[in-house]
Amino acid sequence: MADIRFEAVQRAFVQGGKEFLAVGGIDLVVANEEFVAIVGPSGCGKTTCMRMVAGLDQPSSGRVLVNGQEVTGPGPERAVVFQQFALFPWKTVFENIAFGLRAMGLGQTEIDDRVNRFISMMGLSGYEQAYPHQLSGGMQQRVAIARAYVLDPGVLLMDEPFGALDAQTRVVMQEELVRLARKNPKTVLFITHAVEEAVYLADRVVVMSRRPGLIREIIDVKSIREKERWDDHPRIEDVMDLGSFVHLRSHIWRTLREQHLGDDQ
Amino acid sequence: MIAAQTSKPWLQTLRLSLTGIVLFLGCWYLAVFLEVTPRRFLPAPHEVLFRFVQLIQEPFVGFTLGQHLLSSFRRFLNGFLLAIAIGIPLGLLMALSRGVQLLVTPIFESIRFVAPIAWVPFAALWFGTGIGGPTLVIFMGAFPPVLINTYRGAIYVDRKYIEAAKMLGAGPIRLMTQVLFPASLPSIVAGLRISAGLGWQSLVGAELIVASSGVGYMMVKGQASIQTQIVMAGMIAIGLVGLLIDILLRRMERRFNRYQEVH
Repeated sequence: MADIRFEAVQRAFVQGGKEFLAVGGIDLVVANEEFVAIVGPSGCGKTTCMRMVAGLDQPSSGRVLVNGQEVTGPGPERAVVFQQFALFPWKTVFENIAFGLRAMGLGQTEIDDRVNRFISMMGLSGYEQAYPHQLSGGMQQRVAIARAYVLDPGVLLMDEPFGALDAQTRVVMQEELVRLARKNPKTVLFITHAVEEAVYLADRVVVMSRRPGLIREIIDVKSIREKERWDDHPRIEDVMDLGSFVHLRSHIWRTLREQHLGDDQ
Repeated sequence: MIAAQTSKPWLQTLRLSLTGIVLFLGCWYLAVFLEVTPRRFLPAPHEVLFRFVQLIQEPFVGFTLGQHLLSSFRRFLNGFLLAIAIGIPLGLLMALSRGVQLLVTPIFESIRFVAPIAWVPFAALWFGTGIGGPTLVIFMGAFPPVLINTYRGAIYVDRKYIEAAKMLGAGPIRLMTQVLFPASLPSIVAGLRISAGLGWQSLVGAELIVASSGVGYMMVKGQASIQTQIVMAGMIAIGLVGLLIDILLRRMERRFNRYQEVH
């Protein structure tokens, strides 16, 4: 049980002696067990928004609340999957996934149980004792996702988690994430610049404008997904061929493009 | 030229190294022959070698060369391990907490320029000539590189690992032992190599003054009785053991660097 609430959140940075607004004033509520994707051009402050929920960054003004509590620092109830995986290279797959559970002080049998469940769920069986550098990029990201999911966090934060993967691996991981998210619903904030990915995965898509980052539009994908029965199609390419999907994607693309034109003028 | 290029590189290395040694020994013999200093102050190389072998077999001032070396090495190990035991945790703490870093830096930065040998009077007064005195002097030599390399290694650890650990709920101790320490191991091991060299050098300085056994002690006694061959044999023994320690640690360093390269 957890919801995320942005209340008039601004974040300013200083660069070269000048202050600039990265996030210009965001109000947003992500409901419990809702999957929200934020899309926007690079530099629109979407990653900063996620980092403020994670507690790895603080707003300059306004508040970020999780479950009604103001976020003051990082913690396992808000697990992050980083774009660059950030697996510990000196630890095995098993120990990477177990890291957070050990920090919680759980007993060895419970750690074994929970880690092994996610190892088999993420198709990592047989790689328990491998080190991250021995795995492909896709496998490494599975470990990172397992490391976050195994904590059973209220909120799952994903910062372009598939951005560093090749196209084929990416598609497989997107399908798996959908399966995982439908099976274990969590409150998810998913950052991406890939429009298809956002539409395919999310219940709602938030489109952000370029710096200073502001919400341009929020699109309710879930009602369309349910009405058009997207989840009847197990393969991502079949969903992406559906007229309703194409329509949504084009709509978001146009919104993003308008801002680029607006910026150029 | 062509012959030199086609010959194997290791053969070339060996040839040049041997030439260097032969030239050095030649100069040495020449100095002895020309009596640059009085004959008894400068022994010839073969006399030193002869004495070296003799010292291995027959005790001098109570011990054989091997026993002297062993007691020196024990002292060295004490100081070196103490430097590791304090330097690594303190370096990690300094990287973790700006408060600790500010607390330690001014004192550390002024003390580390005091040569370890300058601690000898206090080492003798506070800890005596047994195990304590020399240990302090070695510690003063070995400590700074451990601390500096641990601290530098730890502050340059990729932020993503620290953020990941904090997000996973790691407290300061877990962060230090499970993340900062393993991530800065290559830098720490490089520091240990420097530290061992400086510690071993300081040891002999300490033993020249405060000890009743050890290579340094043996050398002092040799000098007192104007047995310069003994002094030189001691220098050779120190050099050889120092080289051995360095080779060992270099091997360890290479292992950690290889481990790091795969990431």
